[in-house]
Amino acid sequence: MNDSAQFEGSSSYIASPDLLRAVNAAISLERPLLIKGEPGTGKTLLAGAVAESLDMELLCWQVKSTTKAQDGLYHYDVVQRLNDSRFGDGDVKDIRRYIKHGVLGQAFSSEKRVVVLIDEIDKADLEFPNDLLHELDQMSFHIHELDETVSAKVRPVVIISSNAEKELPDAFLRRCVFHYISFPPRDMMERIVAVHYPDIDEQLLEAAIVRFYELRAVSGLRKKPSTSEFIDWLFVLIRGGVRPQDVAMRIPLLGTLIKQESDLDLVRQRLA
Amino acid sequence: MFVDFLFSLRRHGVPVATQQWLALHKALSKGLIDDADGLYGLGRAILVPSESRFDSYDLAFLETFRDAQVADIKDAIKEWLENPIAPKDISPEAFERLTGMSLEELQRRFQEILEEQTERHDGGSKWIGTGGTSPWGHSGRHPTGIRVGGEGGNRSAVQVAGERRFRDFRSDATLDVRQFKLALRALRALAREGREELDLDETIDETCREGGDIELVFQKERRNTVRLLLLMDAGGSMTPYARLVDRLFTAASELSHWRSFDHYCFHNVVYSRVYKSIERLQSTPTADLFRDHPKDTKVVFVGDACMAPWELMAAGGALSFRQHNPSSGMDWLMRFREHFSDVVWLNPERERYWGHETISTIGRVIPMFPLTLDGLRDAVGHLRQGQALAGSKRG
Repeated sequence: MNDSAQFEGSSSYIASPDLLRAVNAAISLERPLLIKGEPGTGKTLLAGAVAESLDMELLCWQVKSTTKAQDGLYHYDVVQRLNDSRFGDGDVKDIRRYIKHGVLGQAFSSEKRVVVLIDEIDKADLEFPNDLLHELDQMSFHIHELDETVSAKVRPVVIISSNAEKELPDAFLRRCVFHYISFPPRDMMERIVAVHYPDIDEQLLEAAIVRFYELRAVSGLRKKPSTSEFIDWLFVLIRGGVRPQDVAMRIPLLGTLIKQESDLDLVRQRLA
Repeated sequence: MFVDFLFSLRRHGVPVATQQWLALHKALSKGLIDDADGLYGLGRAILVPSESRFDSYDLAFLETFRDAQVADIKDAIKEWLENPIAPKDISPEAFERLTGMSLEELQRRFQEILEEQTERHDGGSKWIGTGGTSPWGHSGRHPTGIRVGGEGGNRSAVQVAGERRFRDFRSDATLDVRQFKLALRALRALAREGREELDLDETIDETCREGGDIELVFQKERRNTVRLLLLMDAGGSMTPYARLVDRLFTAASELSHWRSFDHYCFHNVVYSRVYKSIERLQSTPTADLFRDHPKDTKVVFVGDACMAPWELMAAGGALSFRQHNPSSGMDWLMRFREHFSDVVWLNPERERYWGHETISTIGRVIPMFPLTLDGLRDAVGHLRQGQALAGSKRG
C-alpha cells in the first residue's frame, strides 16, 4: 500500500541524496531509521518533513532521562483505579478504562501508517534501547493486565534521533538503518537558507556565509555553531538591518552563534 | 565481489552481522540500489551503524571496488611523515642531496612513485613502509608537496570514499573529555544501599493487596559501588601526552558516580612513594594505598611504560636521588596485582611500539590497553569482567 511511497524532501526541508536514500530504505525495509549528527543539523525536523511529505500523522516521543521503555507502550493507571474504587467513580471492573497507550501503542493501533519519532533516545538510561528491541522488531507488545497483544496493523515508519550522549547497544544498532547528518557544505547551506528566507539580500547572505564558515574553521572551538544557529543569526541580521559590509568587517551579534565564554574569547582573538 | 566486500569490511574492523548483510540484499532485491552511489550510501546506512566506523567503511569500499588503494597508500605515507621519530638510516650525504630538491621536483617524484605504486597493489604499500628511508623522509619536510593527490573532477562513489571525510570520527583516534566520560560511565556496579526511599510501585501493589489501606514500602537507593584509583605517570617522556592524560583525569574526576575516586602521580613506574600533585610537593607511601583502598577498588595506571630496563627491574632504580627504593618497580607492580583484583594499564604510546622491552614486560603483568576511546572501552570491559567474576564467586 504505502510501500511505494517515496520521500523526496519537502518544501521546507532540504535533504542530501544520501539522507533521502537512507529514509527510503528504512521505509521500504521496515526498519527503524537512526539519525545522528551535530546538534542543530535538523535531526528532529526530519521526522516532521517525512510525515508531511508522505501525508502521514506524526507521533512524537520525547525521551528524557527518566523515560522507561514501558512509557511508550502503555500505562496502567492504578492510582486512578484505586481512587475510583474508593470514591465510586465509574466502572472499576473494566481494566481497559485504566490502560492508556503510549506513543508506540497509539502507532500500533492506528489504522493508517504513521511516522513515530523517538527523539533523543540517548537521553534515557543505557538499557532503554534494549528494552525496546522486541517491540520495534515485531511491532507488537503484550498488555499483561488484559492478557492481550497489541500488534501493528500497519508497521509505522520509525525515526530515532540521537545526540550520541550515550553509546547505543550493538544489538539495537544492527536493526536500524543509520544515517549521520554531516554539516552541510556551502551550496547546500544556500539552499537551506533559501527555504527559510527566500527574500534575503544576496550580498548579506554571501558575506554571512563566508563569515560563518570561517568561524567554523577556527580550531579549538568547543561547540561549533550549527545550521540552526546560523539561521537564527541571519534572522537577527535581517531584523537588525545589518549591512553586508559590517558582516565582512566584524561579526555582529556574535553571541547568537557562539555561546560559550571560552569560545567567545578564542573567536575574538582569531577573527576580530 | 560482494562477498569480498563483506570480508573486507570485517577485516577493516566493521563488524557486519548476517542480519545486516541480508538486509542489504533485501534492499538490492527491492531495487533500492541502482548505481554505485546508491550502493555506497545505502551500504553504509545498513551495514555501519556508527559514524566512528564510516572511515573503515570507506577504506573497505575502496579496497573492494577499486583495484588500487591510492587513498590508503597516501594515508600510510602521511602517517609516516607525521611520525616524529626520525629514521635512523639516512646518510648525511643523502640528506644533503635531497634537501636541495625543489618543491616541484618533489611533487613530481611523489606522483611518479604514487602511480607506480597503484600498479603494484598490495606489494606497493609494503614498499612504502619499508622503503620509507630516503625520499620520503625528506618529503616530510615539504608536507604540502606530499599531499597533492591529483583527484577531483567527477565524483564517483569510489572517489567519495577516497575522500575519507569521516576520518575524524574514528574511535581509535584519541578524543575529548566528554567521550572519555561516556566510556568511563560504563564502569558501574549498582547495589542497593544507603538511604531509604519510598518505592512507589511496591507501595501501590501492597496497598491494593491490602484492599486499599495505604501500606508504605521503602527500599534502599541504588548506588554505584565502584571505587577508582587512578595512577598517572607524570614523567618527562609523558610530556607529549600531558593533554591527553589531563583529559582522562578531568573526565574521571568530574564523573560523580564513583563511590570513591583517588589519584596519584608517579615517575616511570611506582616505587615506594606516590605523589599527590604533579609538582610533587606531597607524597604518600605506596604501601598506604593498600591499606586505604579495599581490594575491589579498580586500579588504572596511565603511563608510557617506557624506561630503561633497570629502572623497572632493579632495586634502587628510581631516578630521583631523594627516593630510596629497596624494592624494584616491578615488585611494586606485582604487589598491586596481588592486592587489587582489577588492575589495568592505559598506554598513550602507539601500539606498534609496544614491543619495547619495559612495555612488554609490564604488559605481561598488568593487562595493557591503548589510551584511545576504543582502548578505554576495552579496559572498562576488562575491569567489569573482573567484577562479574567476583560477583559470581560471591553469589
